[in-house]
Amino acid sequence: MKKLLGAGLCALTGVALPGCVTINIYFPAAAAEKAADKIIEEVWQLKKPGEEGQGTQGKPGAQEGQGSDRPTAPEPASQPGMPPQQLMQPQQ
Amino acid sequence: MVNPLLLSSFVLLMFLSLIPLAGYTQANIEIDTPAIVSLKQRMQQRHNQLEAYYARGAVGLTRDGLVDMRDANAVPLAARQSVNALVAAENQDRNAMYREIARANGHPEWEADIRSTFAQRWIQLARPGWWYQSADGSWVRK
Repeated sequence: MKKLLGAGLCALTGVALPGCVTINIYFPAAAAEKAADKIIEEVWQLKKPGEEGQGTQGKPGAQEGQGSDRPTAPEPASQPGMPPQQLMQPQQ
Repeated sequence: MVNPLLLSSFVLLMFLSLIPLAGYTQANIEIDTPAIVSLKQRMQQRHNQLEAYYARGAVGLTRDGLVDMRDANAVPLAARQSVNALVAAENQDRNAMYREIARANGHPEWEADIRSTFAQRWIQLARPGWWYQSADGSWVRK
């Protein structure tokens, strides 16, 4: 019985020890996902400006007040044939 | 002679004590280097121009973390060249970004993993109506 337990433990150690070596070079998928989200949110401006925290100095309710500040993206629906340069110009 | 049972227990205990340490080293991915920040800013500015083309389905998100001209007919002939240039510039910055993140974290070999992570997240966070490439390469509207 004790012998069997010993063999089992030996086998487990044999599996665990190489695991030690590989775990250090293993790609941190969860952390990478978080980092990717952070970059994408900034590039695509998915969060309202000021929500990141550095600019706002403890103003409670600042987030809610900004809801209407942010204009929605200009919709090219009416003139789908316009190049981006023209889309950027203010309509006169 | 050393008792194998005792030895195994000891080695196993050593292994278990390493687990929290490994967890700690995996906790963070460095993305605040000057190179990454400047790439991010350029992509952010370019997005203002690209956004309309994502919405129109002219440009889509590829499965390998880049963008591609999906439907050139959705872009007027006069603007096609400038959109192509936008796509090329965006892909150049995206490739540089993946390479730079891997390098900044001391593992250049992670570039492919970082790329595939980004590929999934770009698509996940894309707005409804935008087009993306599924795993088999076909275009899907979100």
